[in-house]
Amino acid sequence: MSRAVRLLRYGASGLLIELPSSAGVAAAYRTLRAAAADGRLPGIVELVPAARTVLVEAAAGARAPVDLVRGLISEDPAGQPGEGADPDSGARPTEVVIPVHYDGADLELVARTAELSVVEVIELHSSAEYTVAFCGFSPGFGYLIGLPEPLRQARLADSRPSVPAGSVGLGGEFTGVYPRSSPGGWRLLGHTDEVMFDPAANPPAKLAPGDRVRFKPVD
Amino acid sequence: MATDRAITVLRSGPLTVITDLGRPGQAHIGVPRSGALDRDALRLANRLVGNPDGYAGLEVLLGGLELRAESNCTVAVTGPPVPAWRHGGGAERRAVGSHQVVYLRAGEHLELGVLDAGLRSYLACSGGLDVPEELGSRSTDLLSGLGPAKVSDGDRLALGAVGDAPADASPVPASVPPALVTVPVLLGPRDDWFVDPAGALRGRVWTVGPASNRIGLRLAGEPLERAAEWDGQELPSEPVRPGAVQVPPSGQPVVFLADAPTTGGYPVVGVVPESALGALAQARPGTKVRLSPR
Repeated sequence: MSRAVRLLRYGASGLLIELPSSAGVAAAYRTLRAAAADGRLPGIVELVPAARTVLVEAAAGARAPVDLVRGLISEDPAGQPGEGADPDSGARPTEVVIPVHYDGADLELVARTAELSVVEVIELHSSAEYTVAFCGFSPGFGYLIGLPEPLRQARLADSRPSVPAGSVGLGGEFTGVYPRSSPGGWRLLGHTDEVMFDPAANPPAKLAPGDRVRFKPVD
Repeated sequence: MATDRAITVLRSGPLTVITDLGRPGQAHIGVPRSGALDRDALRLANRLVGNPDGYAGLEVLLGGLELRAESNCTVAVTGPPVPAWRHGGGAERRAVGSHQVVYLRAGEHLELGVLDAGLRSYLACSGGLDVPEELGSRSTDLLSGLGPAKVSDGDRLALGAVGDAPADASPVPASVPPALVTVPVLLGPRDDWFVDPAGALRGRVWTVGPASNRIGLRLAGEPLERAAEWDGQELPSEPVRPGAVQVPPSGQPVVFLADAPTTGGYPVVGVVPESALGALAQARPGTKVRLSPR
């Protein structure tokens, strides 16, 4: 993919912003969230970041929000190289600490693949600072970026039919927590007792895009 | 809003869920929109009984529902035409039909026959179904496990208070779902991943597959061919919305519906507009579908 920001049609009322990097996505999402909070994105019903794109969707029947987005996100890569939005805009990120029991079924596999000891894997995973790039897969499932290089490992060859709620795992460039029991193909490092998604809570999801996350080892 | 008004579902048929207009605005935390698959049909049912558009009703798959009114209430059934009867629980039944207001006295039953065409009926009751909300909606989302469980035989469902708007006494026309459904699809965002996407879509008739559900309509037919430059490539996860036509490596498209997840990993060749999704919600397996590129 190119370095430029691209605006792609997404149906009659949606617009997909393609950015050159996950950092660009984070910056564009922050800019758009801040604009929505200030009432500068009238009629927008969804703002959804993903790995390299952000979806902006207007109410059904409305026109795609191209003009609103053009005013906020620079399409000129020379203006803001690789970012497409002001990285300092928006509110300060929320910081979340998640206590983890590092007792996962794939801990030794991850250590072997990384050519590290289990203790070193735990140290590495719990010393990094992560950012929630986006949510998806199931409610409250955050895809966290910032994984140290040795821990960027392939998904399991075969998905497990059922991964318990609270499982902490990694897959590709991401790490994260399964909010509820579901099928899953990530390598499991451990589990947390935290409730990651509670529809009755406010906010319902413990993690939202842009949040900063740390994992803290507990016995 | 608590009242002692209620209905009891005596027979729920193959699948009955509680539904409204869903949970918009929460896709960024992974919450699907969900809600009625045929939104216009739910709105119409609500209007017939004098409810606001977004009140919760029942989405009934293939018919076969029977309920008993526990208090006087007004009901209406929309979607494809479906036989309906009112009775007192005994042998004597009176045909009342769909697409019109039906007044039930406490103790009276409403029974739906089997759909000859289409898939989903919508039943609204005056006052709406007053089950607890979850994330701003009373809709059952089977994929994400949000909202009430699917309706089971014997479930008693509370009704809200009746508003000021009168029920609409005149029947409205019902249209029979066609054997060939043509819907527009607005190309993009990833139409460039495919060889001549407009031409390929214009020339193909798809068949609705049996694995279709509230998450997506699975279409079978001559596969869409990936452009050589994208062959074997993986797309980083992208947001997906109801109406998105996602094309996995098999080339067999899936049109996402209300309970679809909020992100997906295959290219979306085009998006079916909201106004056409109701027609797809009524397309039963075997129905022919044409995606008309725009």
